[in-house]
Amino acid sequence: MKLARSAAAIAIAALALTACAPPTSNNAASSSDEQTGTVRVWLFSEVNQDPKSAVVKEAVTEFEAAHNGAKIDVQYIPVDSRAERFKAAFNDPSSAPDVAEFGNTDLASYVASGGLADVTEDIKSWDEAKDLDQKILDTTEIDGKNYGVPWFVGVRALYYRTDLLQQLGLQVPKTLDEVETVARAIRAANPDLLGISVGGAAQFSAMPYLWANGGEIATKEGDKFVSKLDSAESREGVAAYARLLKDDICPAQTCAEFGGNASVQQFIAGKSAMTIGGDFNYKAVAASAIKDKFAVVPVPGKTAGSIAPAFAGGNNLGVFNSSERRTLAADFVKLLASKKYQQKMFDSMGNLPTFSDVQKSVAENNKQVEPFINTLGAGTKFVPVTENWSTIDAQGVFTGMYQKVVTGKADVNTATTEAATAMNTAFGSK
Amino acid sequence: MTALTPVLPDAPQGGTPGKGSTTAARKSQRFSNGKRGLEPWLYLAPAFIVLIALLGYPIFQLINVSLYDYRQAQVSGKAPLNFVGLGNYQKLFADPQFWTVLGNTVVFATACVVFTLLVGSSLAVLATRLRPWVRSMLFVVSLGAWATPAVTGSAVWLFLFDPTLGLVNKTLVSIGLTQFQGYSWTYDKWSAFGLVASEVVWCSFPFVLVTVYAGIQAIPTEVIEAARIDGASMPRIARSIMLPMLRPIVIVVTIQSIIWNFKIFSQIYIMTNGGGIAGQNLVLNVYGYQQAFAASLYGLGSALGVIMTALLMVITLVYLRILKRTGEAL
Repeated sequence: MKLARSAAAIAIAALALTACAPPTSNNAASSSDEQTGTVRVWLFSEVNQDPKSAVVKEAVTEFEAAHNGAKIDVQYIPVDSRAERFKAAFNDPSSAPDVAEFGNTDLASYVASGGLADVTEDIKSWDEAKDLDQKILDTTEIDGKNYGVPWFVGVRALYYRTDLLQQLGLQVPKTLDEVETVARAIRAANPDLLGISVGGAAQFSAMPYLWANGGEIATKEGDKFVSKLDSAESREGVAAYARLLKDDICPAQTCAEFGGNASVQQFIAGKSAMTIGGDFNYKAVAASAIKDKFAVVPVPGKTAGSIAPAFAGGNNLGVFNSSERRTLAADFVKLLASKKYQQKMFDSMGNLPTFSDVQKSVAENNKQVEPFINTLGAGTKFVPVTENWSTIDAQGVFTGMYQKVVTGKADVNTATTEAATAMNTAFGSK
Repeated sequence: MTALTPVLPDAPQGGTPGKGSTTAARKSQRFSNGKRGLEPWLYLAPAFIVLIALLGYPIFQLINVSLYDYRQAQVSGKAPLNFVGLGNYQKLFADPQFWTVLGNTVVFATACVVFTLLVGSSLAVLATRLRPWVRSMLFVVSLGAWATPAVTGSAVWLFLFDPTLGLVNKTLVSIGLTQFQGYSWTYDKWSAFGLVASEVVWCSFPFVLVTVYAGIQAIPTEVIEAARIDGASMPRIARSIMLPMLRPIVIVVTIQSIIWNFKIFSQIYIMTNGGGIAGQNLVLNVYGYQQAFAASLYGLGSALGVIMTALLMVITLVYLRILKRTGEAL
């Protein structure tokens, strides 16, 4: 009796386990394409929100005037909680917006979730699209299809203290090797200063070193990415960056935990002679106590006169797959990402445009963005465009590799091999 | 019904050692044999329903999800759902990082439990000997620590231990320990764990203090006086009279501490910035969060959750078992 009962209980439990699969939602593309009604838009909220709102408002007014019966409802969402917001929107299409701003490193995982609509045709039929920076447009492409329109880019360059270099009679570094020697010389003369503030967790500062040395994070072989971190060139790049996180430049004790922001903060606080910072950091540096004592140049490459490939960060505008107003949504994306509004966004927010011709014109009129535009012009690179990158990123594989090297937990060969293995595992789980 | 009755004796959580529970067991045996067999279950039904809804269903889904390859693509219906059986567990057990994290968790949690109990109990004993107003001060101060949310507490501790601006390093340097100039407490693995453990002990000892203090107060003074008249020394009274009488309370406090400290999340997450340099300070819960939510590997994360739950149940059961064997019934 007892036995029969427990057997039955086990059978029921087993049945329940196999019969009730975990819940999934249906995120198929919407079949309707209404020409009127409200288009919901998600944009990121900013620390300095007003100028952004003003430009967006202008675009909304222009759009609503041109589209009878259409309304735009803009919501500003915090960047920090975007992951939860977007996942929730993918799981419950009824709460999803029609248009959204998103970081370009997030694109691949959003596409894998089925959340973003293919906008290849919209870009093709858009007359301004031919001027889009091809390297930047490539970051939105998966299997030959585009899933977003680049709205603005963010690149990093070398910030340095003019006064400190002058004092020691040092030249502005022209190669990556010179960055190292200059940094060392400055710290030797000013032991309280970091030669260059870089961070073990500042992956986008580390990438130019990797790429300038001919290394790669991963390359596509067939339909899969394969990590190239364990190649000789990559190892050289990792080692070169790790040499900066030594006691004579930027001690690991202090710098191993720094992310990109923390390393720029050191520069702003006047505690470092150089740093790798983004165009988006410029305003903060220019408003700090060292505002008259710094300059910016592109991060140099291996040879004098060359520029190290920078990571092409930035945000896209995209259309949600579940949108019931696909045409309206795509039209609004094209308006907000147009040359006109990118120019306005640059004027009010300082966001670098994604059109090559607009980039040139803003660089001519604004000296301070020239090093960043030159960096873009020299050719940028990007992280592997695959959903697995967000997993790799969350597991800290890439930054963990640098941290292991600089803290002496592993040598370059071991750390790069481990990271390559971990990445390949993630790439293989597709 | 008979298959289920052995559960009942545990139901009345009697604090009285010895006879109490056996009589309860006998009583319930009698009830279940009689026609009132269903009645106790009726009384328990509301509690059971709430437990099943709030605990049973989530645990069922946790186990369920852990048997699938369940990522964001599957949740939003883009990729087919694959039943992988114990695949997620195999993946974890084959991953050396999992074992490192498990080891970290055990060492870290054990240290937290031991120090929390030591600090809490010592202060409780101390509290019984203090003047009332000093005791009140002690309680107010420690309740303040207890009431501080984990996130706030961690942030404040981080400020205090900041390499360049922190009060601790500044003080150490000012008394001549110049090696602490710019010293990073989170750089070394065990120094980082030590720092977090101190914060954990700081915010959880008040619970032990209050509970044990209440327990000591509940010991009838007659018993102690009788022992004293019989010529027992103070250590002897503590060992042979007070400790046995505090036993049920110590057990509850220990189990609570074990469960809390194995589940530590906020402190590690905030103080070591999500798991420390190259993940050196990851504990199971933070690791699970990293896998499940940050990396969107829900299946793998759920497997970690199941392991964590099973581990805690086993630890608790083993602990209760050992106590039962060494002493009288609880």
